[in-house]
This record gives sequence, C-alpha cells and structure tokens, in this order.
Amino acid sequence: MKDLRYIDNMATLKLHTDLCVGCGLCTTVCPHGVFSLEGPKARIDDLNGCMECGACARNCPVAAISVNPGVGCAAYIISGWIKGKDKASCGGGCC
Amino acid sequence: MKDNLMAFGESAARDLGAPCCCGPASEGDDREMPGYSVCRFVDSFMETPEGAVPVVKTRLERVDHLGTLAARCNVGRSDYRVAPGLYAVGEPTETAPVLVTANYKMSFDAVRRTLSGMNAWLLVVDTKGINVWCAAGKGSFSAEGVAAMVTKTGLTQVVSHRKLILPQLCANGVTAREVKKRCGFRAEFGPLRASDLPGFIQSGLNADAGMRRITFTLKERLELMPVEVSLTGRHLLWLVPALFLLSGVGPGFFSFSQAVLKGVAAWSALFTGILAGAVITPALLPWLPGRAFAVKGALAGLLCGLPFGLFYWNEVGMGSLFALICWLTAVSSYLAMNFTGATPYTSPTGVEHEMKRAIPAQAVAVIVGLIIWLAAPFTG
Ligand code: SF4
Ligand code: SF4
Repeated sequence: MKDLRYIDNMATLKLHTDLCVGCGLCTTVCPHGVFSLEGPKARIDDLNGCMECGACARNCPVAAISVNPGVGCAAYIISGWIKGKDKASCGGGCC
Repeated sequence: MKDNLMAFGESAARDLGAPCCCGPASEGDDREMPGYSVCRFVDSFMETPEGAVPVVKTRLERVDHLGTLAARCNVGRSDYRVAPGLYAVGEPTETAPVLVTANYKMSFDAVRRTLSGMNAWLLVVDTKGINVWCAAGKGSFSAEGVAAMVTKTGLTQVVSHRKLILPQLCANGVTAREVKKRCGFRAEFGPLRASDLPGFIQSGLNADAGMRRITFTLKERLELMPVEVSLTGRHLLWLVPALFLLSGVGPGFFSFSQAVLKGVAAWSALFTGILAGAVITPALLPWLPGRAFAVKGALAGLLCGLPFGLFYWNEVGMGSLFALICWLTAVSSYLAMNFTGATPYTSPTGVEHEMKRAIPAQAVAVIVGLIIWLAAPFTG
C-alpha cells in the first residue's frame, strides 16, 4: 500500500536467491507486492511493505523464503506476553 | 386434510401473502424434514451425483444485512457461521469452477452476492465461523481442512475437473501443494477480494496486480469502527466508577460534590480518549503523522484534547486539566495501538517494537496524571 506504510526496517523476511526456482508463487500470494520476478529468480522489491503474514514462505515449493510469521496485533501480542505464545488470542478484537 | 385450526391459519396466511399469527408463514413444501429448517439464503436444491446441493441466492436480503450489521456492531459476532459443505450458485455443471471460502457468514455472503448471474460451486470450509484471513492466521483454515471438505462432499463425483480456487488471503494458512497432495485437487489462489471474483473468472482465472493487492480504504476502516468502539468500551467500563471515586478524594477524605464535578470531567476525558483512539485515528490513519500507531493515537488524542481543554478551561483547575489531557492522550494512544490488529499491513515485529516503547510512555502519562489529579484538591 502506498498511502499506508508501517514502521521501516522491521520485517524478518529473507529470500535465498540461490534456492529460488522462479515459480512466481510468492508474487501471487503476497498481498503487498513485496516480490517480483526478475528473469529466472524472485526478487524482494519492497521489504518494508512486508507484514510478515508468512504466505510466501508457506507456499514457496523450495523453502527459499524465510520469515518469522505472525499477526501484527497488539492485543494478540499482549495476550502472548501474559499467557505464553501458544495460548495467545486477540480476545475477539481483530479476529 | 387441513381441518385443524393451525393448518387453516397457515394456509390462509399464505393465501393472503402475509405471515400468520405465529411468525413468518412456513413455505411448507417438500423440502421440509423433521428437525431441519431451510436457511434463508437457500433458493432451491439441485440434484447431483452426491445428492441434493443447496442453491444459494445471490441477492442479500434484509436478514442478511441485519446480521451483517449486528456482526459489525459486535453482537453475536463470534457465532455468525454457515454450515460447511458444498453449495451451488446458478446452475453449475461438472465443469463449473469451484470457489472455496470460509464458513463465516459475512465471507459467505460476500462471495455469493458477487456471483449473481454466474454458475459456480461454492465449497465452504469449516473455519469455525472465522473469516478467511483470521482463520488462516490462526490455523483453522488449512490445507487439511480444505482437503477434508473435498472428501466429505464427494466433490470428485460432482465436478469433472480437479481445480479449486482459494481466496488469496488464506495463503498464510493454506499450502497449495499440500491440498493437491491430500485430495488431488490443484489449488490456485484467486483474487483477494470477493468482488473481483467475476472479473477473475471471466478473464480465464487470471488476476491482475490490482486484484492481488490489499487495500485499507476509508470505507473499510469505518466498517471496523463499531467493533473497535464496542470492544474498547467494554474493556474500559470499570474506569467509570473508578474515575468517580478518584475524583472525590480531597482534604475532607471524600467529597461527593467534588466527585460529581470532577468525575464528570474525567468521564468526558475518557470518552474523548476513546473517540480519538478508536474513531478519529482509524478514520484519519493515512493523514496522521508518524508510522507507529501509538504515535498517531497520541497525536489524535492531543488534537481532541485541544477543544476539550478549551471547554474545561475554567471548570477544573489547571493541574486537573493537565492530568485529564495526560489521561486522554494515553487512552487514545493505547487504543490506536490496539487498532493494529484490525489493519492488514502491520508486521508483528513492528507492533512488538512499538509496544515496547509506547506502553511505558502511556503508563508514565497515566501515573503523572494520577498524581496531579489526586494532589490538586490539596494544593488548592
Ligand atoms: S510475509 Fe506476507 S507480506 Fe511479507 S512478503 Fe511474504 S507474503 Fe508478502
Ligand atoms: S515461491 Fe520460492 S521458488 Fe517460487 S519464485 Fe518465490 S522464492 Fe522463488
């Protein structure tokens, strides 16, 4: 999104270009247009646009993408601090 | 034989086209089964090799809109589901596309209303009544669930092709190749918004870049507002008596008249903070300076604190006014920070980063405000 940008230099997203087979699935699933295909390989175009949803890493057939996936939700993170990461919930807030 | 009063009442009401005394007239056709009732969104049933499949209406009716409204206002929102399974739209044949969606009623409604005039199958996966995006994030919309529904509905008998169209926003929970492995259907990601489905299908299952990018328009933000307000309202309700009690504390231990005077001011500060954090901040999101939501919220709080301060200028003392503005800014900042969960672009790393800085600042503002508030009656 051009008009709404979140804090820069946060995303844990990494692309291991050597592994990439250029299938283009990451460019399909990413809701923020973070990737593009450049010749036979994918490329990260907009690292700061990444919201760490994990869709790309989950669907990459050769595990060329790594990201620490999660939900960017304060209520969820607070409940994770209190109850531990596995039991976290948004308390009906966002989801 | 319709010789008893009840049956007469029903048939008479149907003849008049009006509901009988006891609620809407029953349709009373051969779809009736003891213990079951036909959902309002079902138009008819069509026969398939796997039995009767409900054909859904593509026009939303008043009950659907009312349900959406209630869900948006957080009434019964966590239990707004449809039965998972296979549905038909129009008159689908064995070559018609199969669209997959969540069994959250609002997701289901969004898909069926957009498909008016088209023929397709709708495979509703059991996501525990949660929308596509959140269900995928929480693991209840998964390749396993999709494959299980394909098997359960006997989809291989109903369609001749082996392709499913998934909503793009489930990709963080559904691994496409895993679906194929489990049930033999190739899973392709369709557009992000249900409203782009007709365009996607008509162009031969091609999504252009616009169909793949998420948006967060003013309209989308405003739709989220009632839920935000009602949730935060519930969380902050305990502050109402607490603020009243705090306002009465003074040299004579507790003064009721002072509690009324200052308590009302404190309540309106709380209300202003909620307004700033849960209404103004979402609405003005792109225009408020700063990237962190806590910063945007604090600025919105100060912005609203200005008219608030002018209004209470001579009502409460200077110190108390300062305390109130501290509080409402903290409330606004906190609520704005919580709005991150409703947005589709905040990364968890970023949210945690901002929380670790913002929560201490908000706490300081509250405590400073509290000290000044309690000290004010003693210092005159
Ligand atoms: S994690 Fe999500 S937002 Fe980030 S690049 Fe991957 S698909 Fe895009
Ligand atoms: S999904 Fe993986 S293999 Fe395919 S283009 Fe992206 S990084 Fe390369």
